[in-house]
Amino acid sequence: MNSRTEFRFAGSGGQGLILAGIILADAAISYENKNAVQTQSYGPEARGGSSKSEVIISDENIEYPKATRVDYMVALTQESFSKYAGDVKDDGVIIVDSELVSDHSKAKGKLYSLDLVKSAREGLGKLLGLNIIALGVLVELSGIVSHDSIEKALLKRVPKGFEDYNKKALEIGFELAGKIKK
Amino acid sequence: MEKTKFDYEKYLRKNTLPHIWCPGCGDGIILKSLIRAIHKNGYAKDDVVIASGIGCASRLPGYVDFNTIHTTHGRALTFSIGIKMFKPRLKVITISGDGDALAIGGNHFIHAARRNIDITLIVFNNYTYGMTGGQASPTQPKGSFSTTTPFGSIDQPFDVCALAQAAGATWVGRSTSYHAVQLEKFISEAMNHKGFSVLDIITNCHISYGRRNKMKSPAEMIKYQKERAVNVRAAENLAPEAMEGKFKTGVLYNKKDAPEFSEEYYRVLESVKAK
Amino acid sequence: MAQNIRLMQGNEAIAEGALLAGCNFMAGYPITPSSEVIEILSSRLVRIGGVCIQMEDEIAALGAVLGASLAGAKALTASSGPGISLKQEHIGYASMCEIPCVIINVMRGGPSTGLPTLPAQSDIMQARWGTHGDHAIIAITPSSVNESFYETIRAFNLALKYRTPVMILTDEIIGHMREKVVIPEKKDVEIIDTALPDIPPEEYKPYNFKSGKVTPLAPMGEGYRYHVTGLIHSETGFPSQKIDIIQDAQKWLYDKIYKNIKDIEKFEEFLTGDAEILVVAYGSTSRSARQAISMAREDGIKAGMFRPITIWPFPDEQVSRLAKRAKKILVPEMNMGQVILEVERNACGSYVRGLNVVNGEPITPDMIYASIKEISSL
Repeated sequence: MNSRTEFRFAGSGGQGLILAGIILADAAISYENKNAVQTQSYGPEARGGSSKSEVIISDENIEYPKATRVDYMVALTQESFSKYAGDVKDDGVIIVDSELVSDHSKAKGKLYSLDLVKSAREGLGKLLGLNIIALGVLVELSGIVSHDSIEKALLKRVPKGFEDYNKKALEIGFELAGKIKK
Repeated sequence: MEKTKFDYEKYLRKNTLPHIWCPGCGDGIILKSLIRAIHKNGYAKDDVVIASGIGCASRLPGYVDFNTIHTTHGRALTFSIGIKMFKPRLKVITISGDGDALAIGGNHFIHAARRNIDITLIVFNNYTYGMTGGQASPTQPKGSFSTTTPFGSIDQPFDVCALAQAAGATWVGRSTSYHAVQLEKFISEAMNHKGFSVLDIITNCHISYGRRNKMKSPAEMIKYQKERAVNVRAAENLAPEAMEGKFKTGVLYNKKDAPEFSEEYYRVLESVKAK
Repeated sequence: MAQNIRLMQGNEAIAEGALLAGCNFMAGYPITPSSEVIEILSSRLVRIGGVCIQMEDEIAALGAVLGASLAGAKALTASSGPGISLKQEHIGYASMCEIPCVIINVMRGGPSTGLPTLPAQSDIMQARWGTHGDHAIIAITPSSVNESFYETIRAFNLALKYRTPVMILTDEIIGHMREKVVIPEKKDVEIIDTALPDIPPEEYKPYNFKSGKVTPLAPMGEGYRYHVTGLIHSETGFPSQKIDIIQDAQKWLYDKIYKNIKDIEKFEEFLTGDAEILVVAYGSTSRSARQAISMAREDGIKAGMFRPITIWPFPDEQVSRLAKRAKKILVPEMNMGQVILEVERNACGSYVRGLNVVNGEPITPDMIYASIKEISSL
């Protein structure tokens, strides 16, 4: 059970966090021969509200499918940060966006406030891809799957013509994480 | 028609007879008309499916030698749709009473019509729940009596044909158990029509309906049908007041070449396969 | 890798399992959390020449499935709580008329509209007793996405073999979570197909229950003309009110399932060999139970798990066998206590306690571990 690593993407409906979780889980099972379980919870609204997507990755069988002691969490709204930060481990990591989350009073573990939105705006020209930036950050920080694996899993789910755009988003995530890893 | 005796026995399951219908019931007239119509249309017995719901009329399938299904109350059309969609080559006929088709099965009725699926629905419309002892029906004329409307019905009755047409059925007709020859012709025509066809047959139940509405005998009920039925062409020349308390008979609506559901489905299937 | 591994959602695994089993007809109605099943099959079935239709309501969906099954289809419907309540009328019809069909219930909290997006295991008794009248039913509770795939295939086989509705009871957790599915080659999977009876039409009795063998259901339109009715019927299919026939006909619906329980039952045992505390858990809850048992074992507590995969007919014999050895039994379930009633019947005097969570959250390993510890000190 020691290899069990828990990831949580928190935000609001429409931010693409479920997709980010699916890509991470797929990278683990399809390209790294690991086990992974992806779950989500969301309210009745298709857009807005708080939503979370969780991925558990392990070399062994995964029994309980939901996160209980979160190793890595990213939060893209204030509401979801405050709601879901509580069960992050003491030595876990929380990434928040510097523009979207300002009240850090519920913080657990190590908290890093990164310019995810700003980087998307500057690097991609728009906010579409913010989820992939967040994914890149968590992959780089955790080292759970290789760059190659996550890229393959990403490209499987990207519409034609948007491959480079998404690869760029992933790179931005890697870079942002690289800064805090030092 | 030839005077030689029609061989009904070819189509009947003699081991299931006698039927449960009361002496003087109109349902037997419809049964015989249905058999003659199927014979006339030349269908092989193996290719005919007759599904029914619950009620007196819905006992009909048990007596005839086809693929027969006596389903749940009001929901024969849902089984019929499943059969037709899976094996479109089969000729699917659905037998229903007025309560079966329009009260508990009302939703399935309008949706089958909406889809214009190639099924013939025959409504044995006797204005009452005969099998359960004469309770109020959704087609019962306003002011008429039943065990659950002892002071006279205050509901607006459904006009089966108007409802069918409005919902999308592409062949709609009405006849009565008095008009046995016309019945055979209409059932045959309805079955030949490609699309959802609805034949509303006013039939007589003197036991559960007639006794409570001043028509104690089968003869009085047959007379009622004869007097109230107005051929659709004759009705065109009548003032609305003259149609008060009467009903139109004939082929009331016949839209040819409308898209039929199972054909449309298999067309989509072919086009997807081709891609 | 030789195996074809795919990340799949539980509901997707059900759809894919059905397709591998040869499912060629689905009728359904949208309802959370099961809608993905019809959404996926709406596209996949069309591509392989099958039929998938969204009906006007839940009752109609099962009606169409039964009609298609009578015509020879391998047919499926999928729904959840409120929809399954509506389908009860036709579940009874399928039982009475012995029409094969597979019914998926992705369980959510209830009663009524309840908790559309949150899990529960509160339809276990409904699956057994939901429709009126005496009947037997087969119900299966997979605990993973991979198992959802394989148990759907088994459900089709059992439905055909025993001419009965078979229910798959998953829940919102398994239905919506994604995990690994090992997709087999079709040739490596046992698949029972619809078949014509091996006797000529004139000798065919659609319900020959006196023989004690389940006769294949002849697809309509293939020369076997027979009658189907929800009334109690004789072996010929025609209604009967003869008391001996009624007795035989009613008993048959039980016997054909219960006398074949060895073939129908499926279960898993985890560390039961020396278990003094037996956890009886099924579906998604069994995952937490397994983790909790490992935690308890680390503390030196001899805990083990019995996991029914076929939940109906209930594995009475297995539970009583294990209950005789274990002195204490814990039954965690996301309901107010349903399977515990079956366990108590078979407890052979052992202490039985339930752990019941009905707040829309899954039961965690910690909660089950705490209960095991508590019981162990009794």
